[in-house]
Amino acid sequence: MKAERKRNTGQELFRACLHNKAALISGLIILLIILLSTFAPLFTHYDETGQDLMNRLMPPGNGHLFGTDELGRDVFTRILYGTRVSLLIALLPTALAAALGTALGICAASFRGATDFIIMRLADIMLSIPGMLFAMVVLYTLGGSLASVVISLILIEWGETARVVRSVTLKLRESEFVEASVSAGAGGLHVMIWHILPNLLPTIIVLFTLNIPASILSESALSFLGIGIQPPQVSLGLMTGASRQYLFQMPWLALAPAGMIMVIVLSFHFFGDALRDILDPGRRTA
Amino acid sequence: MKGLLARMFGVVIVLIGVIALIFIMLWVIPGDPATVLLNDHVSQANIDRLTQSMGLDKSLPEQFFGYMKGILTGDFGSSYFMQQPVLSLILENFPYTLRLTLLAIAFSWTLGIASGVISAVCHEHFLDYLFRGTAVLGISVPVFMVALFLQYLFYYRFSLLPLTYDGSFVSLILPAVALGWNSAGSVARLMRSELMEQLDAPYIDTAKAKGLTYKKAVLAHALRNAAPSVITLMALQLSGMLSGAVITESVFSIPGLGQLALTAVQTRDMPLLQGTVIFTALLIAVGNILADMINTMLDPRLRTE
Repeated sequence: MKAERKRNTGQELFRACLHNKAALISGLIILLIILLSTFAPLFTHYDETGQDLMNRLMPPGNGHLFGTDELGRDVFTRILYGTRVSLLIALLPTALAAALGTALGICAASFRGATDFIIMRLADIMLSIPGMLFAMVVLYTLGGSLASVVISLILIEWGETARVVRSVTLKLRESEFVEASVSAGAGGLHVMIWHILPNLLPTIIVLFTLNIPASILSESALSFLGIGIQPPQVSLGLMTGASRQYLFQMPWLALAPAGMIMVIVLSFHFFGDALRDILDPGRRTA
Repeated sequence: MKGLLARMFGVVIVLIGVIALIFIMLWVIPGDPATVLLNDHVSQANIDRLTQSMGLDKSLPEQFFGYMKGILTGDFGSSYFMQQPVLSLILENFPYTLRLTLLAIAFSWTLGIASGVISAVCHEHFLDYLFRGTAVLGISVPVFMVALFLQYLFYYRFSLLPLTYDGSFVSLILPAVALGWNSAGSVARLMRSELMEQLDAPYIDTAKAKGLTYKKAVLAHALRNAAPSVITLMALQLSGMLSGAVITESVFSIPGLGQLALTAVQTRDMPLLQGTVIFTALLIAVGNILADMINTMLDPRLRTE
């Protein structure tokens, strides 16, 4: 990253997104998904937990777009509500992990010495345990729930952000504009907030966009296995897991929620890719 | 060599950290494990006896050092429910995970490297778009969806392959494809971008000026220079593979490490979960060291450091 590069303000970023075809299309799909799930009651007159045992395991049609599940609940409605959980998982733990990782990375780079050593070894430790298995330890300790999944994702994801932020901060501290600012009499905190943090922003956004698909996929996998989010709360992974036994008779029951996960992950993925191109035109990703 | 030794020392420190972290996380659980293990109708004397035999009456540091000492002598404690030493359960299950992971790695590397190379060489060609699209799809699909889809297609529709694992090699094909699918996508993407960068490098022009054909220049020079970052990615993917194995093993009922960990969570078998997680961290450490060694062999610049 070049220090003298012009900083992207929010407005410029927004305008660039409008001009980038991939960003525009994936952004619109994400917006559509957000609207559909937020205003779910407007698009369906069923209740996400409302059981109708007379109409169990109905095929698609008859007012049920994706049919009904083993308790007669409307699958389309449940997908809309499950999407809310996926969106929450996409943004909340990812944002908190980015904030925690950034704070710890900057601390490590500023204080060096023992602080640096401890923070970085902690990051190493987190990065050397497979995420899924670490999440299982957290879920064993806290019990399966949305909150435990969020906590385990934060713990899994902060390490990489901290590591990258630390190395970029170290590089930035060596740069001429920081030196100029220090020799002009600026204090450490001033340099950190006004010179280093703005230049870290593109890096943080890139890591953030990379973690979004990973978070959604992890939550869905944990819920699929039955140790993540617990019923009666709705989750797309949980729906897929529960419908596994009907895979051959009614494949849509399992594949519709799983397909929705795929659509959400794909659109966040393309949006992240496009955002990376806009933020760092020098290095285009495949 | 010195660098490698220093790295190994670092790995040992991190592993001790892993053990400590997992130990503390599982230690803070509310509720006395002995009480959980025996049901409510047991007398306090029995609970006390079990607490003592499990060493739970000792202080945290005492318990931790006891556990560390056990690990060094190959004793991971014993499972609450299976009445067997944790290590023997792990070693019993490990070969299944190893077989599954190796086959998945073979699948994902073959597919990933081949499609990445074709993508880079046929840059902006129809094939490039096809493989790139598939690669993005590869990294965006949940592992369990690939698994269920394969089961539906190859077992139910075409009746070509078995539904679940039955010990035969054939029944391992679907799980390996399901598990390797994700990482094939990321290997392909990295291979493509690395190779394209290398193909733009001046040394390729030199090679061509010296009379090498394009094909030879790609095979002899560019691929070799693109290798280190791809190998590093592969080592990083080992962690993802072990995570994915939990799901694949569950869908295809393979009695591997992932199943062991899942059973441990479901039956609240703390020593079993602890041992399995620590064992996977050990596997990843070994994988990283191996990747380092291969990279050192491939890139002379790393040797002098």
